[in-house]
Amino acid sequence: MKQVTMSIDGKEVKAKEGMTILQAAMEVGIKIPTLCYDDRLASYGACRLCSVEIKKGERSRIVASCVYPVEEGLVVETESPRVQKIRKVILELLRARSPGLKEELAERYEVDKTRLDRDATFCILCGLCVRYCAEVKGANVLGFVGRGTERQVVFFPDIAFKTCPTCKECFNICPTGVIPSDFAVNVPRFEKQPTVFPVRLRDEQNLREFIKKIE
Amino acid sequence: MAKRIGSLDDMEQLRKRIVSGIDPNKTMVTICGGTGCQAYGSDKVFQAFTEEVKRQGVDVEVGVKATGCHGFCERGVVIVILPEEICYLRVRVEDVPEIVSETLVQHKVIERLTYEDPQTGEKSVKESDIPFYKHQSRIVFGKNRFIDPKSIDDYIAIGGYEALAKALCQMTPEQVMDEVKKANIRGRGGGGFPAAVKWQTTRSSPSDVKYVIVNCDEGDPGAYMDRSLMEGNPHSVLEGLTIGAYAIGAHKGFVYVRQEYPLATENTICAIEKAEEYGFLGKNIMNSGFDFTVEVERGAGAFVSGESSALMSAIEGRVGEPRPKYIRTSVSGIWGKPSNLNNVETWANVPLVISKGADWYTSIGTEGSKGTKIFSLVGKVNNTGLVEVPMGTTLREIIYDIGGGILNGKKFKAVQTGGPSGGCIPEQFLDKPVDFDELSKVGAMMGSGGMIVMDEDNCMVDVARYFVNFLSDESCGKCVPCREGLRHYHKILERIVSGEGRESDIELLQDLSDVIKDASLCALGQTAPNPVLTTIQYFRDEYEAHIKERRCPAKVCKDLISFYIEPDKCKACMICLRNCPVGAISGDKGLIHVIDQGKCTKCGTCLDLCPTRFNAVTKLSGEPVPPPPLKREVTREKGSEQ
Repeated sequence: MKQVTMSIDGKEVKAKEGMTILQAAMEVGIKIPTLCYDDRLASYGACRLCSVEIKKGERSRIVASCVYPVEEGLVVETESPRVQKIRKVILELLRARSPGLKEELAERYEVDKTRLDRDATFCILCGLCVRYCAEVKGANVLGFVGRGTERQVVFFPDIAFKTCPTCKECFNICPTGVIPSDFAVNVPRFEKQPTVFPVRLRDEQNLREFIKKIE
Repeated sequence: MAKRIGSLDDMEQLRKRIVSGIDPNKTMVTICGGTGCQAYGSDKVFQAFTEEVKRQGVDVEVGVKATGCHGFCERGVVIVILPEEICYLRVRVEDVPEIVSETLVQHKVIERLTYEDPQTGEKSVKESDIPFYKHQSRIVFGKNRFIDPKSIDDYIAIGGYEALAKALCQMTPEQVMDEVKKANIRGRGGGGFPAAVKWQTTRSSPSDVKYVIVNCDEGDPGAYMDRSLMEGNPHSVLEGLTIGAYAIGAHKGFVYVRQEYPLATENTICAIEKAEEYGFLGKNIMNSGFDFTVEVERGAGAFVSGESSALMSAIEGRVGEPRPKYIRTSVSGIWGKPSNLNNVETWANVPLVISKGADWYTSIGTEGSKGTKIFSLVGKVNNTGLVEVPMGTTLREIIYDIGGGILNGKKFKAVQTGGPSGGCIPEQFLDKPVDFDELSKVGAMMGSGGMIVMDEDNCMVDVARYFVNFLSDESCGKCVPCREGLRHYHKILERIVSGEGRESDIELLQDLSDVIKDASLCALGQTAPNPVLTTIQYFRDEYEAHIKERRCPAKVCKDLISFYIEPDKCKACMICLRNCPVGAISGDKGLIHVIDQGKCTKCGTCLDLCPTRFNAVTKLSGEPVPPPPLKREVTREKGSEQ
């Protein structure tokens, strides 16, 4: 495998061709925040939290480090002002859907708590459950439906009630904990009522208490 | 079964044979069969002509043909009588007997069906004298009007497939590539990426299987250039595609047509079959040893599927979702194979470059953008239609010389170019030349050619809201900046147009824009802020009026306007009162009408129906509605109207 030499945050880094910037950075101990990344799954590039700024010659641009392949001579900055602004706003957007998400990072990037109206479903559509179920378990019980702002994650009822009760591995992979909450309400009723419901926090009482707590 | 064409000689003989069968002096009625004219009933007009020429006994002397779109959709049904080029507009079935007896039999022009300039009243009989056509150069789109899209012979008669014959029989793939490179064709789909560079990447990518694709997933609101080209002249696109495949070394092509374009699908499938009969597609094309087949793929109606990687996913049978393109689709596309995708119009330019040469082609256009561009000119403009002009033509020439200016003598406010990814360009930039680079400098883009003209009655905040609404439906929803950013964009704009805007909203919109632009996965998200940013940049005062004064200056946003009947103008004619769908208007004969603001749904029926000679209904915004008059009886002057 060919080796390339590049620079990450001013540090000379050697990486194997075919690696991503994120992997190369991890190997030398540079931590790039991630959310939809999981080393057991194929890179997805959806949350954009791992965005970094790359320079090739004079041109500089933002790429998602979890999918961008390493290149000879690439200059990467993982904490440039442009990158920090992106992380700040992305966390702000995500926390409007899932209050309390990534608390530490939110503090670090000084995320505004009040600018955006909250619409807390607690599913942030990172796709970890969907991809884990498909790629690792080969079960395809979860999937995306809808497009654009209507995109949702659903359990497919006809297979969910058979497969899920003995597995539940996606419970731990969900970064907001919405999967177990939704599962508890939805999956048991699938046998009688095979209707698709979007994954979201089902327990309104808990939600109110939870939001009170974090505020 | 048609004879298979095996050489350049064969091709020339075929063309001669077809042309010799056509009498150039024979009268030919060409009837536009494009989607616009079809909506006006061009099918029935065509049928009426066919029957009427028979009935009046001139069916031997006169031919009748339904062609592709002529472009002047505003005035459909459009017919042109050749060879005299007499152009009749707004033709209806009732006009047909008269046209046959007067024009076709007696060679007299029917004045009322000819073009009349709305400003000067001047008449134009010949198609080429009509200002809408006169200022265009229709090198790509103009062929539509001579061709029955279902007839390959029509296309061959005007020189069709000669470029393919030349490329395959006389040129090596490298020579074709060089010519296209020299011509510097840039992608008409909006990106403006040099076609030859893309072709070269696919060509040099090591793989035994390569694909070429026509992107006919046109989805910008108000844009229908690709549709009309694909419907009207499918062979020109197939010819370009085949030439490209030859240069690239691909043996399989796809035409991706969106589901909403049934006629384009039908005509493309028909064209593929006809081309196979002549051997322009299939095995060993023109005995060159080159094999190439084409398949039509139908989209399922997602705007984002026009994005190259999403389109390729859709062809593979998966959800049309973009993927990160750090490895280009020209290297790894459909099923991981190198795949070259170009837009309909880009492919249709290729035969021109090959047959007329790159030197001719580069003589048209600007330094960086060569050739012509087709625009769909719509909105508040007199001459709605499809317009083809050399790159570098100014917005003013397109909107005023060709478009005939703004409807009803209103004042121009902005032109929205490039669809939802483009921006709103204000009056101060009307003299900007339109090409790939110039409009980007003012925050908009030429895009694929949509051009929506707006006048003083358009609210720019509402326009931004419209496009954001469109995009939040059409985004695939995969990446956070695009999906969640658009969600909040939409919320913020909705509250501004409903008068609930906050002082910090403009800044918040701008702040979100930076991140949506920088961090989104594909071009849909990266360009989504353009309509918002350009309207803030050029029409900030309108945003501020909505937020600070709860006033919509253009009087569009329903929550910020009231309909009001001016008591001194109201003649108590009962028209608005009777037609108000919610019964919100009180009054009687002789009693001044008053709108109950609590009941009014602001549908505008009263305003539309109030006779212009009274002009009593107005819209108010940012000011309170005056209380009803104390004296409700109408004072009648002597001789005044009832």
